[in-house]
Amino acid sequence: MKMVEEIKAAIEAAVPGAGVEFVPNPSPSAQHSLRLAPESAVAVATFLRDDAELAFDFLSNVSGVDWPDKEVAEKVKLTRPVTKTVDGPDGQKVEQPVEETVEESRKHTEPGYLEAVYHLYSVAKKRGPLVIRMRTANRTDQTELPSLTPVWRSAEFQEREAFDLYGIVFTGHPDLRRILMWPEFKDFPMRKDYVEPDDFEYEPTPHDEVLKRAEEHRAADASHDHGIGAENQERATG
Amino acid sequence: MSVAETKLEKPTGWNRPPVIEPDGEGELLEVAMGPHHPSTHGVFRMDVALDGERVVRLKPVFGYLHRNHEKIAEGASYLASMPYTDRLDYFCSLTNNWAYALAVENLVGQPVPERAEYLRVILAELTRIQNHASSIGFLIQEMGASGTPLMYAFKEREKILDLFESLTGSRMMCNYMRFGGCRVDVSAPWLDAARKVVAGLPEFVDEFEALLSTNEILMARCQGVGILRQDLAVNAGVSGPMLRATGVNYDIRKVDHYGIYDRFQFRVPLGDHGDIYDRYMVRVLEMRESIKILEQALRDLPAGPIMDPKAKIRGFRPKAGEAYGRIEAPKGELGFYLISDGGPNPYRYRVRPPSLINLTILEDMCLGHNVADVVLIFGSVDIVLGEVDR
Repeated sequence: MKMVEEIKAAIEAAVPGAGVEFVPNPSPSAQHSLRLAPESAVAVATFLRDDAELAFDFLSNVSGVDWPDKEVAEKVKLTRPVTKTVDGPDGQKVEQPVEETVEESRKHTEPGYLEAVYHLYSVAKKRGPLVIRMRTANRTDQTELPSLTPVWRSAEFQEREAFDLYGIVFTGHPDLRRILMWPEFKDFPMRKDYVEPDDFEYEPTPHDEVLKRAEEHRAADASHDHGIGAENQERATG
Repeated sequence: MSVAETKLEKPTGWNRPPVIEPDGEGELLEVAMGPHHPSTHGVFRMDVALDGERVVRLKPVFGYLHRNHEKIAEGASYLASMPYTDRLDYFCSLTNNWAYALAVENLVGQPVPERAEYLRVILAELTRIQNHASSIGFLIQEMGASGTPLMYAFKEREKILDLFESLTGSRMMCNYMRFGGCRVDVSAPWLDAARKVVAGLPEFVDEFEALLSTNEILMARCQGVGILRQDLAVNAGVSGPMLRATGVNYDIRKVDHYGIYDRFQFRVPLGDHGDIYDRYMVRVLEMRESIKILEQALRDLPAGPIMDPKAKIRGFRPKAGEAYGRIEAPKGELGFYLISDGGPNPYRYRVRPPSLINLTILEDMCLGHNVADVVLIFGSVDIVLGEVDR
């Protein structure tokens, strides 16, 4: 933890307004990380690489992480004034305002985001890992993050992979294309809410209309199966 | 867009590939090398633009073997992914097991008994030897020496695989390591057999070197071909023998001191020029150093348990947090990055594949060379597509 906080101080001294945040890691590995603001990430990354003291010249791992919208239920203690009937001093019932504390469960949704995590090592100083991370604004339409490929070439394929599987758009990447999925593929398979299509290889054909009409015949004709197994029928009519 | 149509852009940063200008006569010829090309070690494609015989551009195309290993692992319990890591780099299943076990042990703070650490070292070094031997064999095969050197390598690999089989029950899909130890203990006859195999290894390496190291064709085709600069290698995250062949002294066994590697005397072989020949030589010398480690480990192997008795097996749920664990696998730095949310399966499971990242600079190394050299340069990277595509 000492080391990461020292690095944070060094970054803040060198890059004014860097907006670096310390993220503790409760696991026994104690690999704490620094969250960078996307605006200053390239400047901070360049500093981390070029600073003679830090010299994080080796970017080992780039990883996308998906954090979907999270519904958080929490119990809130509320104090509110109520009127209660109490025994008065002269034996009569008297209404009196008192304060009552009740517990109320509230639900709110924490907006989701995509995250890119970078593991840095220093080959020159034989140190590491330093974990840096960045968050997108949301998971739907603002999924841009600055690319660190101009700083560490090692991110080239790994950022392409995070783009391919998570949909993080790395601005400034020299060649941002899908890498593992095929170019026509539309979705982002590593996201937590990804649903597999029934047929990966479905393509519309000029005969779709014909097949649809054939399907109508089949529904009426389902009672007699002329020796064609149900499986084959399905294949024959698509 | 085809490769030949990609724009000839001037490099924007110092770490971009250089631009090779075509000589202007005739058109560029675009060749798809792969996915079914005998030299691609699996299903891998390189879209190459050629000016005559000269490579002007090269774009690797991945994904033919993609099965989203990471997604599958996120849906399975921690232990259930252990056998699946065997299938990443199927030449080196034991080092894959170790990297994954190490990441999980980092995540939960799990100690490993001494005997298990020794067994891990013994098996990992045996894996390294058989991987380097066969990768050199494949390289020579691609040079045109069809069969003979590869079969010399496979003869030795077979002995090592027999050891794996008698210990773990499987030749290649070993599924041997566990969080906090190893699955089965070695027997005295197995140790005798292992000592016998290791005693025969120096002779094999001598013979292999006598056949190859000063072979005229090998020297002519490998020396000065596919040169990788030191600064680019570090910047592009190249690791393993590829990085050390450029002269960078960076071996994770020495740097991270994971396991018990600081107990053994061994040297880190380094190259000078960063060409194919240096990569070949670094691999040969690493085999020699691995033999030294094996001799020491087999000599010092202590008695004791092979599993930490406190290791949790049922209901294994790491506390929320994350960990990155990496080892020096035969092909380079193999790392696993795990995020736990306190559940029985990992929230995020990421493999840092050395094979994929070592291919980042494939284009830089190939530009300006002949097509025939591309095959050799690619072979010298030493990749396995099961790990590249995951």
